[in-house]
Amino acid sequence: MARLTVNGVVREVDAEPDTPLLWVIREQIGLTGTKYGCGIAQCGACTVHVDGAAVRACSLPLSAIETGQKIVTIEGLAPGMDHPVQQAWAELDVPQCGFCQPGMIMASAALLAQTPRPSEEQIRAEITNICRCGTYNRVLAGIKLAAERGQSG
Amino acid sequence: MRIDRKAPSRAPRPSRRALLAGAGIFSLGFHIPFLARAATRDGAPAAPEVNAWVVVKPDETVVIRVARSEMGQGTLTGLAQLVAEELDCDWARVTTEYPSPGQNLARKRVWGDYSTGGSRGIRDSHEYVRKGGAAARAMLVAAAAKGWGVPAAECRTERGTITHAASGRSTTYGAVAGEAATIEPPKDVALKDPRDWTIAGKPLKRLDTLPKLDGSQVYGIDLKLPGLLNAAIRDCPVTGGGVKSFEAAAVTGMPGVKRVVQVGDSAVAVVADTFWRAKTALDALPIVWDEGPNAKVSSESIAAVLREGLDAEQAFVGNRAGDVAGALKGAAKVVEAVYGVPFQNHATMEPMNATALWTPERCEVWTPTQNGEAALAATADAAGLPATSCEVYKIHLGGGFGRRGATHDWVRQAVLIAREMPGTPVKLIWTREEDMTHGRYHPVTQCRMRAALDTEGNLTGLHMRISGQSILASVAPQRMVEGRDPVTFQGLNPGGPEAAIGYTIPNILVDHAMRNPHILPGFWRGVNLNPNAIYLECFMDELAHATGQDPLAFRLKLMGNHPKHRAVLEAVAERIGWDRKPPEGVFRGICQTMGFGSYVAGAAEVSVSDAGELKIHRIVAATDPGHAVNPQQIDAQVAGSFVYGLSAALYGACTVKDGRIEQTNFDSYPVMRMDAMPAVETILMPSGGFWGGVGEPTIAVAAPAVLNAVFAATGKRVRHLPLKDTDLRRA
Ligand code: FES
Ligand code: FES
Repeated sequence: MARLTVNGVVREVDAEPDTPLLWVIREQIGLTGTKYGCGIAQCGACTVHVDGAAVRACSLPLSAIETGQKIVTIEGLAPGMDHPVQQAWAELDVPQCGFCQPGMIMASAALLAQTPRPSEEQIRAEITNICRCGTYNRVLAGIKLAAERGQSG
Repeated sequence: MRIDRKAPSRAPRPSRRALLAGAGIFSLGFHIPFLARAATRDGAPAAPEVNAWVVVKPDETVVIRVARSEMGQGTLTGLAQLVAEELDCDWARVTTEYPSPGQNLARKRVWGDYSTGGSRGIRDSHEYVRKGGAAARAMLVAAAAKGWGVPAAECRTERGTITHAASGRSTTYGAVAGEAATIEPPKDVALKDPRDWTIAGKPLKRLDTLPKLDGSQVYGIDLKLPGLLNAAIRDCPVTGGGVKSFEAAAVTGMPGVKRVVQVGDSAVAVVADTFWRAKTALDALPIVWDEGPNAKVSSESIAAVLREGLDAEQAFVGNRAGDVAGALKGAAKVVEAVYGVPFQNHATMEPMNATALWTPERCEVWTPTQNGEAALAATADAAGLPATSCEVYKIHLGGGFGRRGATHDWVRQAVLIAREMPGTPVKLIWTREEDMTHGRYHPVTQCRMRAALDTEGNLTGLHMRISGQSILASVAPQRMVEGRDPVTFQGLNPGGPEAAIGYTIPNILVDHAMRNPHILPGFWRGVNLNPNAIYLECFMDELAHATGQDPLAFRLKLMGNHPKHRAVLEAVAERIGWDRKPPEGVFRGICQTMGFGSYVAGAAEVSVSDAGELKIHRIVAATDPGHAVNPQQIDAQVAGSFVYGLSAALYGACTVKDGRIEQTNFDSYPVMRMDAMPAVETILMPSGGFWGGVGEPTIAVAAPAVLNAVFAATGKRVRHLPLKDTDLRRA
C-alpha cells in the first residue's frame, strides 16, 4: 500500500509500484478528470501538479512519488472553479470536445504560477499539450487573460 | 467572480430502478420512458414532455433533446438554439439531453437521423428541429388559451411567458406544460424568418463548457458502473490477418487479471479489474499472428498500384464537358503534374472505447459515438440479439472527426468481450497504439493533372485523373452509384448544392480509377474535399505561374458563373491585402473550394528561413454557409479546421510496411501544437437561402493556401504530402 496526498487528502492505494500515476489517479482513486491520451508523455492530457509543478502523470511511476509530495488534479485545482485560468476559460469558451482541457488548464496554471506574466513566445514554448480540436488560439488568449487578471486581482 | 454552475451534463447511468432491481448486478434500464428516468434521477415529480423535442419542468427549466452528437463542434448548442428560437423560451434556462437510439427506434425514429458527420448536424435537421420547437410553442399557447377561454391566436410568447394582452393575463411555460402535453400536436407550423431570430444566429456561449473545466465532464473512457471490469485489446497488426494462437496461461496469474479472450478471428483481449493491469498483462501475453495475404504490402507497393491507375483505361466519370482530349491535342501549351496524399489517422484525443453489458436476453452499451443508431445496429449484431433488446447510451465524445460514425468496430469488440462474461459490465479502452494502428484512415489517392492552355494563357481544357481508394466501397457500398463512388468527386462536381467546382472550363474531365488497398478507409474530417482541393487549387496556382499570371486574377477569369465561390475568394484576397506587397520575407498563397454545402476560401502568409524552416504567420478564411446558426462556434470550427488540416499537410502520414501501419503514437505521428499555430482571421459571410456545414469545409483550404505560399516563398512545388518530407532550403 502506497500513501499519496491528492487534492489535500491522504489516500492509501493498492497498485503495483510501476503503475503510472495517471492510472492510480483514475482507477485507484477514481478521479477521472485527468485524461489518458498517449501514455508516453507526448500529449499532456494527463498533466497534474506535483508540489506545484506540471508533470505528465502517464510517465511517472507510483514508486517515483515521494512521501509527502502534494499531488493536485484538475478536480482539486480550485474550489468552485475560481482559478483565474478556469475563469478565463469559461469567459472565452475555450474547450471544444474538452478532452485535452484538464491537461491544458493544469499546464497553464503551473506556467502562470511560475511566470505570472508570460510573453506569447513563452506561452507557445511552454504549453506543448496536444489539442486535436484546435483550440490553441483560444488557449493562448485564455492564458493572457488569466495573466492580466492575476496581476490586477 | 465565481462561476455559476448550470446543471452539468453527466453520463446517463442505468436508472436507479434498474440498479436496485435484484437479478445479477443489475437488470437493464431500457424501455424506461423518459418520464420514469427523469423522475428517478431527480427524485422530483416527472415533467411530461410537450413533444419529443421539448420538456418544460415546473421550475421553468427547458430540456431540449438533441439527437446528433456533440464532439466539440458545438452542434449541441447550435441545435438547441434553433429549437429555443422557435419555442420562444428563456435561453438562460435551457439544458439538453440525448434521447437514446433505442428510444428513437421504439418511437419510430421521431428524432430522425442520429448520424453526425459530413458537417450535417445542423444543415440536415434544422427544419424538423425548428418545427419541433414551433409545435411545442403552439401546444403551450393552446394550453394557456384553453385555460383562459380565449383564442390562441390572441396570445403572445416571449422568453417562456405567455400573455393575453386583451385580458391582461399571463402565465409561464412551466405552469402549462402538463396541460400542453395533452394537446393534439398541430399539423403544420410556420417557422420564423431567420432575419427575426434573437437566439439562433447569435454568438451565444456553449451550453457544455463548465463541466469541461473541472474534470466533471464524463467521457466514455471515464464511465463508472458497479462491478465494472476493464479490457485491453490487441488486433492483428495486419488488416486481413488473424490470431493463430496465444498463451493465456502465461498471464492469468498476473495481478487483477480475470480473463483472456479471443475477440472474433483477429483480436485478443485481457479483462482485469483495472485497465492498467489489463494492458500490462496484454503486453506480456504471447500471441502468434497469422498475418494473412497482406503481410507484404508497403507504401511503395500501394503507390505503384495507384500510379498504374493514373493511366488506366477504365475510370468512373465525375464531371465531363466538351472534349478534353481534343483540347489537349490542340493546346498551345500543356502543363502536367502528379500529386498525392498519404493515409491519415483521425487521432481523436480520446481513444476508442466502449462499455458493454451482455446477458442472453439483453445488451447495453455506453460509448462515444457520432451515430447512435449505427452503434445500436453494431451492438445488436455483435450481441446476437434483436435491436429492440439492445440499448446504446451516447457518452460525450473526446473528438470524433469521422472516426466514430460510420463503423463501430470498437463497439463490436466490446460486445464480443462482454458476451464472454454475461452480467458483468466490461469497459474496453484502446491504447493510443491500438488506435493509431487500427484506424479508418483518410483514403490514399494520387492525381494526375493535365491542362490545356491557349496562346493567351487561358485554360481551355482540364483532365483530373484521380487514382486510389474509395471510402464508400469499404464503408457504405450501398451508397455507390453503378460502381462509382460519388464522394470521390467532392468539390469537383459540375454543379449542385453540395460540392461543385467553382470554375467554368470549356473542356473538362474528372475521373477516378478506383484502387483499394487493404488499409481500411473512413470519413476523415473534410473527407475527399481535402485532397481534391489540394490537387485543383495547387495546380491552378501552377498554371497561373506557368503563364505568368497572378494566381487570383487567373482564377477570377474562370469564375464569372460562380458568384458565391468568387465572393469568398475575393473576401480573403481583400483581407489579406492581395493587391499590396506583403512584408519583407513574407509570401502569400490563396485558394477556394466548395463542400458540405458551404463556400470557403483561404489565404496564408508564410516565411521560410534559409535553413528551410516554415513559419505560418497568418491565415485568413472566409466561409459562406448560407445561414449561420452561431458565429462564435463557427469561428472556433474554422480555427480548429486549420489545426486539423495543417497537421495533416505539414506532418501527418501513416505509412505502411509489412502490411501494417508504422506510426504508433504522437511521437511518430506528429500533430500541430501551439508553437506552430498561426493567427486565424475568420470572415463569416452568410448569404442566406441555403444551409451549409461548417465543421469540415475549411479544412480543405488550409493545405493549398499554405502550399501555394510555400511555392511563392521557395519556388518549390510540394505535390506529395506531408510537407515535412520536402527539403525547403533554397536550392
Ligand atoms: S497521456 Fe500523458 S502525456 Fe499523453
Ligand atoms: S478540445 Fe478537443 S482535443 Fe482539445
